[in-house]
Amino acid sequence: MIQIEGLVKAFGHTYALRGIDLEVAEGEFLTIVGPNGAGKTTLLRILATLLKPTSGLVRMNGRVLSPGDTEIRRQMGFVSHQPLIYSDLTVEENLHFYGRIYDVHRLEERVDVLLDLVGLEGRRHSLAGTLSRGLQQRLSVARSIIHEPSIMLLDEPYTGLDQQATRMLRGLLGAVSPQSHAVVMTTHNLAHGLELCDKLVILSRGRIVYQAERGSLTLAELQEAYWLYAEGEGGLGAG
Amino acid sequence: MQFLNKTLAIVWKDVLAELRTKEMFSSMFVFALLLVVIFSFSFDLRVEKVAEVAPGVLWVTFAFAGTLQLNRALSAEIEEGRLDGLLLAPMERSTIYFGKMLGNLLFISATEAVMLPIFSVVFNLNLIRPAFLLTVFLGTVGFAAVGTLLATMAANTRAREVMLPVLLFPIILPVVISAVKLTAGILDGLPWASLAHWLRLLIGFDIIFLAVSYMAFDYLVQG
Amino acid sequence: MNRDSRWGDWLNAVSGVMMIVALYLVFLYAPREATMGDVQRIFYFHVPSAWVGFFAFFVTFLAGIAYLRGGKRRWDVVGFSSAEIGVAFTAMAVITGSFWAKPTWNAWWPWQQEPRLMLVTILLLIYFAYFMLRAFLQDEEQKARFAAVYGIVAFASVPLTFLSIRWWQRLHPVVFDRGGTGLTRPMLLTFLFCLLTFTMLYFTLLLHRVRLARLVDEVEGLKKRLYSGERG
Repeated sequence: MIQIEGLVKAFGHTYALRGIDLEVAEGEFLTIVGPNGAGKTTLLRILATLLKPTSGLVRMNGRVLSPGDTEIRRQMGFVSHQPLIYSDLTVEENLHFYGRIYDVHRLEERVDVLLDLVGLEGRRHSLAGTLSRGLQQRLSVARSIIHEPSIMLLDEPYTGLDQQATRMLRGLLGAVSPQSHAVVMTTHNLAHGLELCDKLVILSRGRIVYQAERGSLTLAELQEAYWLYAEGEGGLGAG
Repeated sequence: MQFLNKTLAIVWKDVLAELRTKEMFSSMFVFALLLVVIFSFSFDLRVEKVAEVAPGVLWVTFAFAGTLQLNRALSAEIEEGRLDGLLLAPMERSTIYFGKMLGNLLFISATEAVMLPIFSVVFNLNLIRPAFLLTVFLGTVGFAAVGTLLATMAANTRAREVMLPVLLFPIILPVVISAVKLTAGILDGLPWASLAHWLRLLIGFDIIFLAVSYMAFDYLVQG
Repeated sequence: MNRDSRWGDWLNAVSGVMMIVALYLVFLYAPREATMGDVQRIFYFHVPSAWVGFFAFFVTFLAGIAYLRGGKRRWDVVGFSSAEIGVAFTAMAVITGSFWAKPTWNAWWPWQQEPRLMLVTILLLIYFAYFMLRAFLQDEEQKARFAAVYGIVAFASVPLTFLSIRWWQRLHPVVFDRGGTGLTRPMLLTFLFCLLTFTMLYFTLLLHRVRLARLVDEVEGLKKRLYSGERG
């Protein structure tokens, strides 16, 4: 579904990614963990066509990602730690706007379904700016799946959320992900990362230093691997 | 068709937000009003007929107030990474440019529409004439065309409020000069034939800079 | 690097020799102008300075296009190096122009009456903005991209600016007349040679400036490598 080959991204003399090879199969949930500055966000932004790689290529659904390819974006949903919503518009208006720029047919029905799914039915006419962080992030999830993407990209979706909101979002992502054919999530929180994934990689200083199937991997084993390979550079976020 | 629909969607969401908050319109309007008052006081002492400096005052006011709008419109998009939301959508990047450009044109024109009667009263001139309105429109198109591009740049820098006028004003000088000349000519009742070259210059600027900005915008937002 | 420095040596020598010849031509060969006197000799340096300034901005414009098309960093280096040289030469044209204007027109800087002076003022403002933009951006790649776009937009506006300033002044009374361009043959020869010399000087400076920028860049790279090497 997603093939990444020899991906390199340099900003001037600084290398954010130093040769990434990775594959995400159909139906797979991949988590990328790593300390701050490891290149997680850069990798995800390249997948989302927001950044151009310095070299290497990405194939998605058999198509090579290229900057001018606007069609490939129809197949992707993107949730970042910033909700990407307009605070002076209501919840409904936000979804209408995104529906229009994604050419969503039968938008009214779709918006009803989404509001129901993320549990914002009652806040339909509230200004997005008045919602709590947790609710904004739920609106953000609704925004990202309005066009029924087959690939979900989640960039630190839990950042800035309190525990209750995190639990809710986790449930929501768990419910949303079976509908899409592949999910890639970055996080610096090992427990969150492990929970939903099928496959997990540790990224450190622009390289993949560890790769494991979910299988029997326990949090303790993951923490050990993280210490070993990411060399305790960032904080260890197991909480 | 899709292109138009999405461009209008971008304009529409900005209009909706503005109708709700009225932040932009009120700040542009109050700022423009203040400028007119300050100008009329500062010229009053030396200039015998204030009406003679009216074209200059008018366009300086429009340019300054317009800068407020440009700064706001683009930094609102860049704050909190909202531009990413637009860049992720399946559309050409130029759609974003035209959406924001049309929005800027609309908001600045709205302020101008309210300011014109006030100008007419303050300077005791009749400004509501077709030829003059055409000049205002063409001048504003040129201003919004380059302005949207340069405001996108400025919004990405550390000192965005300062950066925009520094980048913008030397570039839009031809717009200001030709608009002032046209305005003065129309007020003096000069025949069209003697003003046609200014009109051509203004239209030329609009076309050239719409094209250049359209082509260049892509490079500003790509990573 | 080696090839560069050989080119550099060669260009140094050529522009050095040409400069000396130009000085000889300007002060000893070219005849004294009848009405303006010796002060007219400034013209041999003034006009070529203005020309090089303008040409340098044109190179910045071309380098901007090349950068946006290929994304090669060296075009950004050429772009800002040329803009720097352009600002220096434009400033020189302004200063020499004032020296000439004072005795001839009895004003140091009659920019409201002379369209070319006005244009030069605007040009300087535009390229100050160009460097300010660069200073206010941090990411090298973004800096290069934005500067390229601004270099293109700026240069595209110059013809329109010049046109509008000229038309604007046409309505003012003509206060200063440029005087007949009755250049004698030796004067013309001197002038053309100076033009060539300054153009040569421009390319010499550009080569050195680009080389300097590349060395700075290399040092930055080494520093980065050293730093990350220490940590890993």
